[in-house]
Amino acid sequence: MSIAPSLLVVAVTALCTLATRATPFILFGNKRRKVPAAVLFLGEVLPPAVMAALVVYSLKHISFEAQGLWVNEIIGVAATALIHIWRRNTLLSIGIGTVVYMVLVQGAFL
Amino acid sequence: MFPDNRIVKQAFLRTIPVMMGYLVLGVAFGLLLQKAGYHWVWALGISLFVFAGSMQFVLVGLLSQDASLTTVAVTTLLVNSRHLFYGLSFIERFKAMGKRGLYMVFSLTDETYALLCAVGDVGSTEDRDRLSWWMALLDQSYWVTGSVVGAVLGSHITLDITGIDFAMTALFTVIFVEQWIAAKNRLPAIIGMVCAIVSLSFLGPDRFLLPALVATVAMLLAARNLVEVRR
Repeated sequence: MSIAPSLLVVAVTALCTLATRATPFILFGNKRRKVPAAVLFLGEVLPPAVMAALVVYSLKHISFEAQGLWVNEIIGVAATALIHIWRRNTLLSIGIGTVVYMVLVQGAFL
Repeated sequence: MFPDNRIVKQAFLRTIPVMMGYLVLGVAFGLLLQKAGYHWVWALGISLFVFAGSMQFVLVGLLSQDASLTTVAVTTLLVNSRHLFYGLSFIERFKAMGKRGLYMVFSLTDETYALLCAVGDVGSTEDRDRLSWWMALLDQSYWVTGSVVGAVLGSHITLDITGIDFAMTALFTVIFVEQWIAAKNRLPAIIGMVCAIVSLSFLGPDRFLLPALVATVAMLLAARNLVEVRR
């Protein structure tokens, strides 16, 4: 590793990451102009749609071909969702869901 | 207005799931960077100034391959392209937050985005914004701490915590369920889910998210009347 080229790579990564995050604000954040209605609409309806996509995204590596690899994830997600519907307590649902998943992947009961 | 300590405590409680995930993934990142021959100061700097989970793992690869700056730029834009859509929900909110709003834009990761979507009613607008800011700040502090710990301790960590990063999947799941229950109209959630699954099955895990989000936006705009009328 050499310092200057590595610094450049990190700087470019930082700038490009910021660029993706700042784009909506640069495009629609102008103080004098009103935000277009279509953008306001998207801003309002996107969160549940994106959250669905993020659940899939965080499970993207599960494979239905390899036996058993996906069972832990599905059980973990189902446990989390069911406990949440039952108690509506975020930390409880995430805590129990995660413990269930950890027990399954570490094979404590297998 | 709530006192600071109450806001901070609330922010801490709400970010506990992110803390579990970020500490573990941060340690994994720090470890990887240390194995690639970098001092822990690099882990600190990268987590402070880049602050993008999956991209930082890709970055370790780019650093050790001596990738060209063009490759680095294009890869970063592609890997982080999903962030293009997150800001759309917070344009007015962040604008009203002034200087703190700039940090909110910089630090809008998947997990902070999810927490902000679920922030709900917190007394006044001002309290909501302070809570949001503290959550964003705490999230990054977990990530930075994890990265540095991973890079310093390296492979001395032996505690078996395999699977604890599932906390983040669980966080997304819980917020999805919350929004599903609260929604007057479930079409957006269904559209998002269907687009993601279809895209994943056609394009595979590494390239599916951006097309899924683009398709979601297109379908939401096309179904705008349906979504708005039934709301």
